[in-house]
Amino acid sequence: MRAIFRAVKYTVVGILFGIVMTKSEAVSWYRIQEMFRFQSFFMYGIIGSAVILGIILVAIIKEYRLKDFYGRPIKLAEKDKRWKKYLIGGSIFGIGWALTGACPGPIFVLLGQGYTVMVMVIAGALAGTIVYGLLRNRLPQ
Amino acid sequence: MISLLSKPWPWYVSGPAIAGIMAVLLFFGKSFGFSNNLSNICSMLGLGKQISYFNFSWKKQLWNLWFLLGSIIGGYLAVHYLQSSEPLKLSSATIADLQKLNVPFDGQLEPGSIFNWNYLHTGKGLFIFLGGGFLIGFGTRYAGGCTSGHAISGLSNLQLPSLIAVIGFFIGGLFTTHLLFPYIFK
Repeated sequence: MRAIFRAVKYTVVGILFGIVMTKSEAVSWYRIQEMFRFQSFFMYGIIGSAVILGIILVAIIKEYRLKDFYGRPIKLAEKDKRWKKYLIGGSIFGIGWALTGACPGPIFVLLGQGYTVMVMVIAGALAGTIVYGLLRNRLPQ
Repeated sequence: MISLLSKPWPWYVSGPAIAGIMAVLLFFGKSFGFSNNLSNICSMLGLGKQISYFNFSWKKQLWNLWFLLGSIIGGYLAVHYLQSSEPLKLSSATIADLQKLNVPFDGQLEPGSIFNWNYLHTGKGLFIFLGGGFLIGFGTRYAGGCTSGHAISGLSNLQLPSLIAVIGFFIGGLFTTHLLFPYIFK
């Protein structure tokens, strides 16, 4: 029963995410082009306002040591301090983001919208993930 | 309410809504990071036996896979029940630039001239969708996160590595938009 409740809970949050991604137009290939051409404030406004609110939220969580709904302290992931993987990996992702106009979340949101060609992007993304898993120890971190 | 939600959302509604999703996940004791699901799927497929990177308990990440399922349903619901009849308000400069690249603006979320199976059967289409997907999978796993994990969650927690990753996102995106696209589409 708890497993079902948990499944429903996160599916509902995912549904909200899919709706927000669609209505925000952040899933739009055109909007991503507009962003990478610096021709509108639109995407910068979305990401910027999300981050500013996020910074305030995280500061409040840390200041008051807020707990989650289950009474456990909220943990925020500290990223490790190496930099090469972030710059190189980030740049590689950036190429894919501009090509497809979609980051990992929107790939699946667009599939739900009926863009069935996204199955090819998903297949490619899984292949890329597997190749990374194979090469990981040989790449600069 | 439905008709209000159906209108295109201004950025100052969408941005806080995304922060709200992150807040809900944090208060559920989870962290917002969609691309982890790519590893979760590989682990679920049993690849952990051959590749140690996928040798973890994906069942602990099951919540994120439910979140993924929800995002597909959310996309479906949004276009079927919250669809706006207005065309996308893309900047005229972008419309003109894309016109020069032979990508006509059709007012939809995605250019119909590219997002179809016939285009996929061309070399360009394969490169954009399969190749682009590959780079998304490889790059986000290498960088340890995507837009949700680094640009939203990481920057909110003032993580310098996330800022470096976001700079990388832009290096790749600007290179593709300004150097690769003229080559691909012309």
